Amino acid sequence: MTTLTALPPRTARILRLPLGLYLALAFVLLLVIAVLAPQLLATHDPFALAYAEALQPPSWAHVFGTDESGRDLYSRVIFGARDSLTIGLGAASVSLSLAVVFGALAGLAPKPIAVVVDRFIEVLFAFPSLLIALLLVAILGPSALTAVFAVGLGTAPGYARMVRGQVLAARNSGYVEAATALGHSRWRIIGAHILPNALRPLVAIFALSVGQSIVWASSLSFLGFGVAPPASEWGALLDAGRAYITQAGWLIVIPGLVIVAVALAATTIGRHLQNTLEKGEK
Amino acid sequence: MTIAEPLADVDGLDWPAARLTVENLRVAFTVDGARREVVRGVSFELTPGECVAIVGESGSGKSVTARSLVGLTGRNAIVEADVLELHHEDARSFTPRQWRTVRGRDVGFILQDALVSLDPLRPVRAEIEEALRLHRWGNRAARYARVIDLLTRVGVPFPEVRARQRPDQLSGGLRQRALIASAIALDPDIVIADEPTTALDVTVQAQVLSELEAMKRRGASIILISHDLSVVAQLADQILVMRGGEVLEQGTAAEVLGSPKHEYTKALIAAVPSEHTRGSALSLGESPLIVEHAPVAAGPVLEARDLVKTFSGNRAVDGVSFTLGAGETIGIVGESGSGKSTTAKLALGLETLDGGTVRLLDQDWSVLPERRRRRLRPSISVVYQDPLSSFDPRWNVERILLDALRGQRLSTTARNERVRELLTQVGLPVEVLQRFPLKLSGGQRQRVAIARALAPRPSVIVLDEAVSALDVTIQAQILDLLVALQKASGVSYLFISHDLGVISHLSDRVLVMKDGVVVEEGTPDDIFQRPQHPYTRELIASIPVFDPASFVS
Repeated sequence: MTTLTALPPRTARILRLPLGLYLALAFVLLLVIAVLAPQLLATHDPFALAYAEALQPPSWAHVFGTDESGRDLYSRVIFGARDSLTIGLGAASVSLSLAVVFGALAGLAPKPIAVVVDRFIEVLFAFPSLLIALLLVAILGPSALTAVFAVGLGTAPGYARMVRGQVLAARNSGYVEAATALGHSRWRIIGAHILPNALRPLVAIFALSVGQSIVWASSLSFLGFGVAPPASEWGALLDAGRAYITQAGWLIVIPGLVIVAVALAATTIGRHLQNTLEKGEK
Repeated sequence: MTIAEPLADVDGLDWPAARLTVENLRVAFTVDGARREVVRGVSFELTPGECVAIVGESGSGKSVTARSLVGLTGRNAIVEADVLELHHEDARSFTPRQWRTVRGRDVGFILQDALVSLDPLRPVRAEIEEALRLHRWGNRAARYARVIDLLTRVGVPFPEVRARQRPDQLSGGLRQRALIASAIALDPDIVIADEPTTALDVTVQAQVLSELEAMKRRGASIILISHDLSVVAQLADQILVMRGGEVLEQGTAAEVLGSPKHEYTKALIAAVPSEHTRGSALSLGESPLIVEHAPVAAGPVLEARDLVKTFSGNRAVDGVSFTLGAGETIGIVGESGSGKSTTAKLALGLETLDGGTVRLLDQDWSVLPERRRRRLRPSISVVYQDPLSSFDPRWNVERILLDALRGQRLSTTARNERVRELLTQVGLPVEVLQRFPLKLSGGQRQRVAIARALAPRPSVIVLDEAVSALDVTIQAQILDLLVALQKASGVSYLFISHDLGVISHLSDRVLVMKDGVVVEEGTPDDIFQRPQHPYTRELIASIPVFDPASFVS
């Protein structure tokens, strides 16, 4: 630390950030490249069949090994990033948007409406997220877009309850009472005080939610209700690898690890955002 | 330094009788690699049956001093001293393990807030027994008998019942006494009390103080940490006055209170409000510049008739009436749960009435729906006890004040001018505009809150415990400011407080509330000189007598 104190404060502060955060950011950068230009990272054609090379363990030629049709798993993972991350970001957006609308209604609407919305949220919350998602897929049929809405809807009730709690806390706060005493209108108070204060934690929650949504979407694909093959969405990769779990374990372990890594990176960044935001207040 | 003669030599040896000797105690904290000194050179001796009081305001280092005497300063603290002897052992080199055996057995530590210091899930009995068990005292039955004995000693009625209850089932006073019981469970001969009565109602404070006095008579040595000179005057034999980590003045209670030498001590003593200080300034500095024109108001500005508010069947406010004239101050005094704050909210129209009416400026107020009340809102504003929670944490001072001016149709320049004018009125520099309330001191925050309350040019300001959380010299400045603002603008105050001294300093008329009812009403003279109701008499008898003149020999 003594070497750091000699540096200008700003540089020192950046250098003092945890190593985990740098790893997470570097990983996110890789993901962005994989989404925008997967051909830059891929070593093979993800759809090129080569039965002679089927089910090969990881090697220099195929770093993640090959699947039952001899396709390069590494390239498939890279090309699958776009679908997986679209689902992750999309589902997180859908989920939090729904959560904000319903949470705010439950916290701010006139009593009869608030009670109904609140009960509705609680009933949905009582259902397992996956069950709600599966129901939607059953109605709409499996596709990437369905997965976005299914996962978004499935995870929304939990966040809605959180938003409702935040809204209620802000509504009963001293500054809202002070604003009422100043004679500000109800809408002005909601817009200037309640919503900004209640929604602030959501910035960090969003990052956490992206990681979680990818995991949920993978669960859908794993059950065969996600993106249809031959697309290489990560959950679909898991699902496809299931049949070969005893002969070719890497088909499941490697995509699984990638999903874990994404969730971990998103969580790390989310945590850091949360801490920075809270520190600004102190 | 004058010290009482040693009472007895221990075993005839040539040891001083002091139980605790502190010489040149220094405490520093390392924050982000930088060393910050918070206590610079505290020295005193504590002899049997003596009470040493450390007086100071927040940030004076008084609590850190107390904590360093029981090894509780925390890991990043550096505690140094020329001498730190506890029962003639050098405490400077104590390990955490040694400190643990000292705490409880040799030194009892009473913390300020009994509600957070007691485990909410454990009955009182378990809390006190733990202190005994950790020091391997007696067996189960003996420990239980001891708990009952201790609770009886600190004046807890029905100790067998209370021992089975959890802290949330006890009143504030009983909680504080349970905490004292656990601190003295092992009969430590030194007791450190850090603001032991600060959060308590005055009648409860009187009980706790008499308990500390009884312990002193039984031979315990007490270190009393307090910001409240009237409390200190009751108990202390020696007084140390601290500010910014330094001891400014030190001596016997008679010397320090009777003929203070340091300017700061004089300011502290002058700052204590009471009925004798009415009409005179409490702070020694000059009062801020006031530029405000008196609003025209004839007749009563606020009229409350038979106010009733029921919370789940309990009448929190029951038939309260008062009439507040222009430029007048009504003080409502009462202990926690008396309904005084609810009365304030009813007057402000922030709580719906279950009975009675409030009229503002001779117009309907409480009967109107909120939408129609808004037009009148600028006429009545409020200052809370905790200004911080009444500010949006995302806003800086400028935005807070501009927001308060929204109701008035002003141009941007006029608005900015008005903000600066408000700052001048409450005695704040322009630099605070860009700061966030969290970065301001308690006094500055309260000034911002007052500036916000003044912004709409109100006829009435409701002050709900507005000075209760402030240090006494800051409280004095704010009280002086309020008096000056009233003189200049003719604004009326509805002043709510638990502090009889503050109420009598400021009010033209006083309402004494108990259990939602006004038990007595009158001028401060009536209330304080000729109290009629038994409760008022009890309340006034509980005020610690602080009369600096009585210490002058």
